[in-house]
Amino acid sequence: MSEAGVATPAVGRLRWRTFNWREYVVYIGFVLVFLFFAIYLGENFLNWTNLSNIVIQTAPITVMAVGLVFVLSTGEIDLSIGSVVAVSALTGATVVRDTDSMILGAAAGLAVGAIVGLVNGFFVTIVRLPSFLVTLATMGAVAGVARQISNLQSVPVTNDSFVGLFGSGNVFGIPGLIIWSVVAIAIGYLVLKQTRYGAHVLAIGDNVGAARVSGIKVTRVKIMVMVGSAMCASLAGLLYAGRLHGARYTLGEADLMTVIAAVIVGGTSLFGGKGAIVGALMGSLLMGMLNNGLILANLSVSQQMIARGVIILIAVSLSLREKRS
Amino acid sequence: MNSEQIGTTATVPDRSVAALSLKGIRKQFGGVVAIERFDLEVQPGEIVALVGDNGAGKSTLVKMVSGVYQPTEGEILLNGRPASFRDASDARRQGVEVVYQDLALVDSQPVYMNMFLGRELTRGPLRLLDRRRMARETQELVDNLDVRIPSAKATIRELSGGQRQAIAICRATHWASSLVLMDEPTAALGVAETAKVEELIVRLRERGAGVLIVSHNLDQVFRISDRVAVLRRGKQVGVRSIAETNRNEIVAMITGAA
Ligand SMILES: Nc1ncnc2c1ncn2[C@@H]1O[C@H](COP(=O)(O)OP(=O)(O)OP(=O)(O)O)[C@@H](O)[C@H]1O
Ligand SMILES: [Mg+2]
Repeated sequence: MSEAGVATPAVGRLRWRTFNWREYVVYIGFVLVFLFFAIYLGENFLNWTNLSNIVIQTAPITVMAVGLVFVLSTGEIDLSIGSVVAVSALTGATVVRDTDSMILGAAAGLAVGAIVGLVNGFFVTIVRLPSFLVTLATMGAVAGVARQISNLQSVPVTNDSFVGLFGSGNVFGIPGLIIWSVVAIAIGYLVLKQTRYGAHVLAIGDNVGAARVSGIKVTRVKIMVMVGSAMCASLAGLLYAGRLHGARYTLGEADLMTVIAAVIVGGTSLFGGKGAIVGALMGSLLMGMLNNGLILANLSVSQQMIARGVIILIAVSLSLREKRS
Repeated sequence: MNSEQIGTTATVPDRSVAALSLKGIRKQFGGVVAIERFDLEVQPGEIVALVGDNGAGKSTLVKMVSGVYQPTEGEILLNGRPASFRDASDARRQGVEVVYQDLALVDSQPVYMNMFLGRELTRGPLRLLDRRRMARETQELVDNLDVRIPSAKATIRELSGGQRQAIAICRATHWASSLVLMDEPTAALGVAETAKVEELIVRLRERGAGVLIVSHNLDQVFRISDRVAVLRRGKQVGVRSIAETNRNEIVAMITGAA
């Protein structure tokens, strides 16, 4: 960009380069997109119900984004989260249907995620395969399992406490899904920035050799990160099942790109060592706002897909341009 | 340059128990013998230089003492007790600190987090990081050692190569209970930065640590070390006290021209 301007004085150029776009691109993007929709769509977009709907609808994305920030911070990736959403939602819904127990359903849904995470972690650390390949494979296999166990049918959820806890409940008038988002972000932030585990996650992504000789248990941390990510996806699946009063194998199918975009736009490095939890929240709200605005603008589904892809590409290229060292 | 420091080599360390002693060390990689029958002692408060041509086996030797490799044969004693290391962090737990040439620092973290890497301090029932205390202790340490960095909270990426190496040495100084190993710690540094790092190494000796340093720079070896061990093609050619040798002899030992 500024490199094109030959006459840029040295000082100005230096400042341009050192100004860290990646930190702020999500906030700038957020404000621009918000203003654009507010002006272009007016009242339709800019009303309390619609705005809180955006936050409610992005709750599963936000929860998954928290898990993915940890994965990317260690320099790995998890492509299986979308499939885990479906299989966990279906498992949870089926167990709730068969036992009428909210607790058993939730536990079963989360356990499925933990198992997928352990499998991912095992192949990444013990077998030492690239996480990209491992989670690409489990993404496919888990999606197959979701189809298999549901026979391509939806599983309705009628248990009131399950629906209340995971989807439609309120606490003092605050929608439950907003509380889930806030809690996920708060815990993610605390763990990443204020615990030894978080420090180890970042150190591994930055310089795995230094981490290892410093006594950090690299294998254990990486497995925990993969399990954490999959369990966040499970929770997202339960939130979908609660909000939609049922589960289907298609749940979460389009979420992978949205979550990755939200996290990257939020300022987390794709190459490890840097994780931004609050940025990820802003990123997923930005994605939710785009979704919402494009629907309100009466774009057809195919037009929405194109617009979303282009906007994500622009946002990601602004935030991901790594500094050349 | 550091003439007054050369004069202080007459420190009298407690010679009763060696910080490190290597007995009959041998290392074989498949069919290649990298080290053969190597013996050496490093006393507390002593700097021993390890010199030799490229491929002589210096790094291999350091890696065995730091737990990265296991010796094929032979014995390693730390403070008189036989020691064996499962891996590098095991050696670290037993009081061996290493300053690597390729800087084992985490670039995007602040200085204080690097100083406490793998040993972070926590507080409270939730065991949250005690960043303030780590930053304070780090600041005290670097001030004590007269290392000039913008702040203990500065990110490693913002520091020069010399400042980074100084941080690595400060960390080793802080945690080493008996022995510090250094593999070409000044190879990538300029003149002024090298002088600073050498000053830190000499301070380590004053604190009573044993230091084993690999260096290709003979001027440096003569400036800071007490004794020098020469390695040629995996075999120990000899150990000399710096006061009783000269450059020509060492060069001859390294090249085998004697
Ligand atoms: N992992 C390994 N596998 C096989 N051979 C090795 C291995 N590491 C070192 N060697 C061999 O052992 C010998 C000694 O190597 P080493 O790295 O210790 O040399 P050095 O003295 O540190 O050299 P330099 O001054 O170039 O750093 C060399 O012949 C090298 O090829
Ligand atoms: Mg070497």
